[in-house]
Amino acid sequence: MSEYQPVILPDIPDLDRIDVYEQHGGYQHIRKSLGMAPDDVIGIVKESGLRGRGGAAFPTGLKWSFMPTDGEKPNYLCVNGDESEPGSFKDRQIFEFNPHLMIEGILIAGYALRIKAAYIYIRGEYEKWVQMVEKAVADAYAKGYVGEKMKETFGTDFSCEIYVHRGAGAYICGEESSLMNSIEGIRPYPRVKPPFPAQVGLWGCPTTINNVETIANVPLIIERGADWYKNIGAEKHPGPILYGISGHVNKPGVYELPTGMLLTELIHDVAGGVPGDKKIKMVIPGGSSMPPLRGDQLEGVRMDAESLKEIGSAIGTAGIMVMDEDTDLTRILTRITHFYKVESCGQCTPCREGTGWMLKVFHRLLDGEGEPKDLDLLHSVAKNIEGNTVCALGDAAAWPVKFTIERFRDELEAELSR
Amino acid sequence: MFSEEELKQVEELKSHYPTNLSAVMGVLHMYQDKYGHISDEGITYVANLLEVPEENVLGVVTFYEMYHQHKTGKYKLQVCTNVSCMLRGSDMVLQTIKDKIGIGIGEMTDDGLFSVHEAECLGSCGTAPMMSVNKDYHENLTPETINELIDALKAKG
Repeated sequence: MSEYQPVILPDIPDLDRIDVYEQHGGYQHIRKSLGMAPDDVIGIVKESGLRGRGGAAFPTGLKWSFMPTDGEKPNYLCVNGDESEPGSFKDRQIFEFNPHLMIEGILIAGYALRIKAAYIYIRGEYEKWVQMVEKAVADAYAKGYVGEKMKETFGTDFSCEIYVHRGAGAYICGEESSLMNSIEGIRPYPRVKPPFPAQVGLWGCPTTINNVETIANVPLIIERGADWYKNIGAEKHPGPILYGISGHVNKPGVYELPTGMLLTELIHDVAGGVPGDKKIKMVIPGGSSMPPLRGDQLEGVRMDAESLKEIGSAIGTAGIMVMDEDTDLTRILTRITHFYKVESCGQCTPCREGTGWMLKVFHRLLDGEGEPKDLDLLHSVAKNIEGNTVCALGDAAAWPVKFTIERFRDELEAELSR
Repeated sequence: MFSEEELKQVEELKSHYPTNLSAVMGVLHMYQDKYGHISDEGITYVANLLEVPEENVLGVVTFYEMYHQHKTGKYKLQVCTNVSCMLRGSDMVLQTIKDKIGIGIGEMTDDGLFSVHEAECLGSCGTAPMMSVNKDYHENLTPETINELIDALKAKG
């Protein structure tokens, strides 16, 4: 795929500077959008086939069309940059190297959805990146692209505000309803749905939540058209995507390429293969919550939502974690379960208690006191968390355990006799 | 407790939201940056400043990993031990720190200069293993770079 030219993270020096971004056509796409009817903007995004890049791969244009237009209450947009799913480190690249693309995307989405204000939610640990984004937002305000001044700049009636909200270290805040509660300043327990955010969101008002990378695709779609976009990558999940490849590879990093790439090509060619040419034992294709794949089932697997669903996994955040043949899977699962136990918000009993029980059993296995029936016990606890919680974090905690036991029972039993 | 300049920042934060509750997180960050941790006094101060109930502020402080109710080291060494870092040597990072300053996860040096914390994935998987020291990320760590970093922090004091 050497002919692919990145568009989200193009190779342009200092693109994070507003003057450089302007020189490359920046802030012309919001101008173009303002010349269209808001519904036509939504129509183009729908037509492009853009799907959310934060985990669920939900069609963006469809999500946008759920927003009411009667204007009884203000509409809001939240941009999810919580980026806390283990194995995910892509949105950070946009904050650092192309923040104005995201800001322009917010303005376009803001116009299409008639929003009053947008909140860019950035995880607290990204303090430096929060500062970068705050600077970019301030520069965009100063140039009259955001806020009241945009009326004059663009000769339009529309205006919206953009604010940065810094988190403080909670994985759960990447869940959209938890994120809204976090912005509201209350304990960020996920909300029961329905009602969905498009009806009752931030401060009870209609709200759309989109991932940072999703929003960054929007100006490109407006600039180049829906046809251009839908011809990149996988037919049912098109577009450029930021793959984050980590673990046992020679060249870990974030790579912008079309969706639907072969997983083997990404690992061996793009990321330089496995150190020492070792065999691969396991790959988690989309961040630690997604069902893991065996090394011997990777041939022909493509990285898009539909292909991964077919093989029993999911695209998630496209954070690919590669583990070689010497990896201790019991230890990996213990660490993953430790993560979900620490990050469980504690609202729902199955997740709060279940993650703790699983962790205790894993420690028994690590101590060499495990038996094969413990794997059945773990599987049973995981199954009882799955689907029984308010938010998807219950599934996120259950899936790695459940699917690893189903797919790697032989390995895990062999490790029992450690 | 906040200076006039800081109070201006608080007003700016408040203006971002329709309710003062939403400014609690930002003001807590400011408070912790200034005092190192958030004491009971701090919770009362922030609540009064924003005219919100103390229990709301406490509820926010206790929920999030990054707000500390107790003193931490001047330099918080937060070592990511999640999967991508584990696969690339987070054990080595913890061991090197232990060998160098004698403390492990959850501990602080007697002089209060360093504390070590286990961090969940900090979004630095492509540059693993890593740790953050206060707000700075230190990536692609090796025993040499860790030792150099700690020496430099000690020299700074």
